[in-house]
Amino acid sequence: MALGNHLILRRPRSGRLEGPAALIQRSIAMLALAASVMLAGIAAQAGGGTLTVGMTAGDLPATTGNPDQGFEGYRFVGYNLYDSLVLWDLSKSDKATDIKPGLATRWQVDKANPKRWIFELRKGVKWHDGCDFTADDVVWNLGYSADQKSPQFNPAQFAQSRSYLGNFAGVTKIDDHIVAFDTKVPDSLFPYEISYVLMISPCRAKEVKYNWANYAQHPSGTGPYRFDRIVPHQRLELVPNPAYWDKTRIPKQDRLVLIPMPEASTRTAALLAGQVNWIEAPSPDAVDRLKAAGMRIVTNPYPHNWTYQLNFVKGPFTDKRVRQAANYALNRSDMKELLNGLMLEGYSTVPPSTPYYGHPLLYKYDPDKATALLKEGGCLPCKVTFAISTSGSGQMQPLPMNELVKSQMEAVGFQVTLDTMDWNALLDVTRAGVDKYPDINAINVSRQTQDPFNALIRHVWTKQWAPKGSNWGHYSNPDVDRLVEQIYGEFDPAKRVALLTNLNEKINEDALLIFVAHDLNPRAMSPKVHGFVQAQSWFQDLTPVSVEP
Amino acid sequence: MIRYILRRILYAIPIAFGVSVVCFSLVYIAPGDPLQTVMPPDATAETIAIVKHAYGFDKPLPIQFLIWLGNVVTGDFGVSISTRRPVILEVTDALANTSLLALFAVPLSFSIGFAMGAAAGCFPGRWIDRIVTGAAVVGVSLPNYWLGIVLVIFFSVQYMLLPATGMGPNGSTEFHILQWSDARFLVLPVITLAMIPIGILARTTRAAVAEVRNQDFVQTLRAKGLSEWAVTRHVLKNALPQVMAVMGLQFGYLLGGSILVETVFTWPGSGFLLSKAIINRDVPVLQGTILTLSLIFVATNLIVDLLQSLIDPRIRRG
Repeated sequence: MALGNHLILRRPRSGRLEGPAALIQRSIAMLALAASVMLAGIAAQAGGGTLTVGMTAGDLPATTGNPDQGFEGYRFVGYNLYDSLVLWDLSKSDKATDIKPGLATRWQVDKANPKRWIFELRKGVKWHDGCDFTADDVVWNLGYSADQKSPQFNPAQFAQSRSYLGNFAGVTKIDDHIVAFDTKVPDSLFPYEISYVLMISPCRAKEVKYNWANYAQHPSGTGPYRFDRIVPHQRLELVPNPAYWDKTRIPKQDRLVLIPMPEASTRTAALLAGQVNWIEAPSPDAVDRLKAAGMRIVTNPYPHNWTYQLNFVKGPFTDKRVRQAANYALNRSDMKELLNGLMLEGYSTVPPSTPYYGHPLLYKYDPDKATALLKEGGCLPCKVTFAISTSGSGQMQPLPMNELVKSQMEAVGFQVTLDTMDWNALLDVTRAGVDKYPDINAINVSRQTQDPFNALIRHVWTKQWAPKGSNWGHYSNPDVDRLVEQIYGEFDPAKRVALLTNLNEKINEDALLIFVAHDLNPRAMSPKVHGFVQAQSWFQDLTPVSVEP
Repeated sequence: MIRYILRRILYAIPIAFGVSVVCFSLVYIAPGDPLQTVMPPDATAETIAIVKHAYGFDKPLPIQFLIWLGNVVTGDFGVSISTRRPVILEVTDALANTSLLALFAVPLSFSIGFAMGAAAGCFPGRWIDRIVTGAAVVGVSLPNYWLGIVLVIFFSVQYMLLPATGMGPNGSTEFHILQWSDARFLVLPVITLAMIPIGILARTTRAAVAEVRNQDFVQTLRAKGLSEWAVTRHVLKNALPQVMAVMGLQFGYLLGGSILVETVFTWPGSGFLLSKAIINRDVPVLQGTILTLSLIFVATNLIVDLLQSLIDPRIRRG
């Protein structure tokens, strides 16, 4: 149709042509008409349908750049509307995901200055509003999320980005398509950190006079989807961006509708009733019912860790033998049965498919050894208090899972008190650290382990002691700190993986956490949904998905 | 009468102020951070301090309360932390959606509940009384979120007759009550929402009617030779003030929205908004919604008091 219109628009406005010229013109017009009819037919056949997703999020994720609602916000809104300089390769399901070029085509550390990264930007990229993407936009975006003095500074974005920009010191434009990032210390992991910082359009921001509520209703990015419509709290509708710079990732479906449905039973009912054709995280007890109705359940390991972080300042877990006993006490196959198979038995911080998993010491179920270690450590019965939540992002089924852990630990000689609180209260405990809650011996907070810092470093580094960072229990080990600094200073990827493997093995050897489970990221979808490849990631690529009518 | 009305309105002012103090304080008693929604789980203390300052949450609570109260008096309820939309817009949108449920749930529950209770009260001890009493106990005792889920399983999942969730196929902004494709989204939440008020009203009406029927004036009416229908009319009229007080409370309940029912059906009303605000610790929305709903209760009670005094002048004198 577009071709036909194009030709009609170009038709001379002058009077009718006569003779052979008229014949040629009529022939061209007929051909154009036939071509446009054919194209329309092909388009109709290729109609990708509407993908309607029931998300677990309690509300629609923010559309102003880095989204809220955890990584589900990134999965469905962030990486669809926007791009970062560095993206994640989500095209394969059989190996752990890693970063790939995004709005930057290449990056390298400055050979003369290990605290400076040079990023070459992709040329010819346009924002959804039609403006060109340039180095100025990158500088502007870092002001938006990191510089309190810049006019475009947005505190909500600062909050969302800060965890990833802890080492960021500044950004400078070298030319229209090259920027230099300065870091506080040599930071070989910076490309991973910047992958979480999404770029929004300065043109649109200026258009709405930095009114972020207004921007949220008219967002503009460079991502594979464009914003179409939002009904606050209820639905967000995105449509394909036909001008997306990565032609292999132009969405195959016609429309993507995102609906927040925090209740698992509501999501299941909505899928079975045909109101949505994709739901996130069906509850394990609904899986058989969904399968019986012909729904497809898709799972894959991904960087998630359901675990307990331990108190290294006060209480029984300051003794390594007690930490090891807790790990030996757990029969993880029982836990797997409890969850209807929807978990991977957890024996380390990261799942085995992670490149730096290595050969960690595995604490396989051994109740006798657990009891012996408690005796050796002089802690029998061993009284411990765990802070747990009733629900929460990535927490799976916290109540029955914690009850099972309690019963298994008590069978070997622990006396476990579960201090149950809501998710926000547990986050407060988590952020404040052991200094404020010295009588809590462990916290049950699931963690994403998508990149080396989030997977390993933040749990062990002394510089990450809470409330400054995520080292809740104030673990400290000079050898480990030295290893972390070596990792940050190692710019050769292969050598860095070797150092990270060493760190992962050390974490296991020291029984730094109580390892329990890795979630399998289950989602259920209608048999009409095709083309989805579930990457081993918190993020997923929806662009290849089409939906039968 | 005018003095009575003025007196009642004056009583309502300190109640409204008390409500505002309580609703402001309550949200701070619960653990959690008001900026939790914009803060990732691993936010550091430094990040939290900077963002708190930017949002004005670093000021002492009494100062925050005075600023909030000053703004509320001028109609400014603040801005939602999670959506950045004005709270007044969030609350009015949600109230409109809940009112739509109430528009159907109120007449449904009031008429059925009153009719059932009146019938039972007029025939105490008979089979109709036993059936109504049993049904009312079931109505009151059934957790409505459970009933909602059962209705969804039956009508949406099993037979696919009605939608399971949401407000219209395209959201509340494109909801047209006169189109069946949209109106069908109302059916299950309205039935679920009406069930408890039906039970409560049936029991209240039954008790009130039975009590009035035992009073001396009923004997007098019968002795005067009035027909049973005429006597019943007098009985119902005398039982009405007591029933109306309960109707007022139930009206407030239905207009306030039910967190559980609206969450089960993802109905974007005031209960749903409240549950989101609680989960997200969206303090401005929480305070705005609680205050508005409380004022609705205060206003409803005021209206009911005035109506009662119109029906029964003894109340006014008291």
